Amino acid sequence: MPTWLLRQKYLIDFTLSSLLRRRAKNLGLLLVYTLIVFVLGSVMLFTHALRQEAAAVLEGAPEIVLQRLVAGRHDLLPASHLERIGSVRGVQKKEGRLWGYFYDPATRANYTLMVPHDRTIAGGEVVIGAGIARTRGLARGDFYTLRGQDGQPQTLRVADVLGSGSELVSSDLMLVSEDFFRRFFGIAPGLYTDVALTVRNPNEVRKIAEKLTLLLPDTRPILREEILRTYDAVFAWREGIVYVLLVGAVLAFVVFAWDKASGLSAEERREIGILKAIGWETGDVIRMKFWEGALVSLTAFLVGYLAAYVHVYYSDAALFEPVLKGWAVLYPRFQLLPTIDGLQVATLFFFTVFPYTVATIVPIWRAAITDPDAVMR
Amino acid sequence: MLLNPAILALLGVSAIVTLLVGAATAFGLHLLREWDIASGSELQLRLERRTYLIATLVAFSFVAELVSLLLFVYNAEAMHTQFVGAMCATGVLNVNPWGWPTLFLKIAVFFTGAVWLALNHLDNQGHDYPLVRVKYGLLLALFPLVLAAGAAQALFFLGLRPDVITSCCGALFSPESAGVAAEVAGLAPARAALALAASGALVLGAGSWVLLRGSGGGPFGAAGLLAFVVAIAAVVSLVALYVYEHPHHHCPFCVLKPGHDHVGYWLYVPLFAATALALGAGAVAPWRRVPSLAHAVPGEVRRRTRLAVIGYALFYAVATYAILRSNLTMTDVWW
Repeated sequence: MPTWLLRQKYLIDFTLSSLLRRRAKNLGLLLVYTLIVFVLGSVMLFTHALRQEAAAVLEGAPEIVLQRLVAGRHDLLPASHLERIGSVRGVQKKEGRLWGYFYDPATRANYTLMVPHDRTIAGGEVVIGAGIARTRGLARGDFYTLRGQDGQPQTLRVADVLGSGSELVSSDLMLVSEDFFRRFFGIAPGLYTDVALTVRNPNEVRKIAEKLTLLLPDTRPILREEILRTYDAVFAWREGIVYVLLVGAVLAFVVFAWDKASGLSAEERREIGILKAIGWETGDVIRMKFWEGALVSLTAFLVGYLAAYVHVYYSDAALFEPVLKGWAVLYPRFQLLPTIDGLQVATLFFFTVFPYTVATIVPIWRAAITDPDAVMR
Repeated sequence: MLLNPAILALLGVSAIVTLLVGAATAFGLHLLREWDIASGSELQLRLERRTYLIATLVAFSFVAELVSLLLFVYNAEAMHTQFVGAMCATGVLNVNPWGWPTLFLKIAVFFTGAVWLALNHLDNQGHDYPLVRVKYGLLLALFPLVLAAGAAQALFFLGLRPDVITSCCGALFSPESAGVAAEVAGLAPARAALALAASGALVLGAGSWVLLRGSGGGPFGAAGLLAFVVAIAAVVSLVALYVYEHPHHHCPFCVLKPGHDHVGYWLYVPLFAATALALGAGAVAPWRRVPSLAHAVPGEVRRRTRLAVIGYALFYAVATYAILRSNLTMTDVWW
């Protein structure tokens, strides 16, 4: 082994035993350090997972959704619009969608009623999301009564409950037949809530949106990439806000680390004095202290990050959920997909290890320049 | 401005580094005025002691700058989803006029920092602080660079507006547009290949000369810098095309993406490391005439040169491999 490596190995060996000799003092520092990494790491892992979840959900969404506006408000879209879209080149598929919200006073929650395109639902039946099934205590075969726009109760038989795999998007969903939907909300035939367009070539999406606004001036196109961009920005922003709030905690930690590093006990001073008396140079003492910081940082970082990982992925981030996720009566239960991202780890490193190191440099140097005779006398 | 943790971290790091290097520079001024190695005064003793602190601070700052350079590029790459028209880091750096200057300044800080660290390492091996004035003189020149990099980065991040439609690599690195990027992209591939081969031969030859004869560290450093510039130009005008298997896609950042097997890291990491080492060897070599360093300099130069040559060799090997394994065939068009 080269001398340089051997030297570092002996230094680490020495540092470890010296750290273990002052267990109580170092344990306190380690605990606070780990806690800081844990808190920041949890926020980071959680928002990152949410962002990924949003992206995964939107993957199946249509490239463009076209809504009609009347006096600046979202309005129903006539079928004649659909025919006119047919002439826009690049649009692969178009379908008029029927969906709306229904407020259920019993659970005080909003449901989303929708007519599915990929499955047919019989007239008197409904397929409900897992969230509704949970709050209303419904199962397959049960009957469920709603009051329509005309005040008349309408009874539906639960044909199926949607699986929990898609719960993030289907928790509050009720799938009904087109006939029922139009009768229930009083929507005349030939009118749709909005139009979903499928575009094969992603480079054409913006151009098509531009053409649509010219062709149908009373509509507004909503692009999938815009929604994704917004989600990205919103989650990054929330994460940033939490970080700004936590800067105070990081600063407190820096002061704490500075204090710990500069408050050398008489015994430690003596130790450094003896080391210098037997031939250690200032540089060697700095190197030893550097290894001390590195070992503490590494341990705190690993333990804190692991704890954050467990916290986010195995306990659903119980501590931060309300702030970062938002809340609702019918909030979906979902399992986050564990992911670790290099950028996040590097950022976390800069938020924790970097300030710790800055805070300890000056105290380390102060300790290292100690004169042997001054401390041993 | 976009409030995201990576941006906050980068701004925080550059603020702290600027502060540390600023403090070190102030000390440097003091030292240049008062330093007298022959004196046994209390002031001289204090100065000598303080050099340890300053050296540690500056070394730490440069390591932080290196990591923040990586984070900057990585973050720019990750942010491309938030800007209309951006498909990789190029688009994000184009969002406002400060993106590219920030990147170039950060690279400049990295290389000058590497030279400073090489001098510092050498200086520590002489018993009488032989390079102390040189080191602190260089620090005076370095501080404005660090300050400029920090300011450019702050302006870049503060001016990031998500509603700006940016242009990405397809537009910037096309021979039809104007500017340095277009000039580099417009370089004929055959000429770029020739230049790459020539600069490779030059730098590896100079390195071998140093290793065999033990002299010529200065020219090796210069050759390393030249090789770096040519290599970056060749990546844009030649190697990238073969990596993407597309005769008109010149982006220097898309090679970092997982879709291209992260080949960019294999190109850039050895190239940057080798250039930093070569510059270090070049900076160290002239001091063999200082008596207290006469013993240390040859070993230092040799060690840095050996590592630099390995780095360059790795870079050229990966570049050649990327071209050879590509399915892009341009016989009779370029060759």
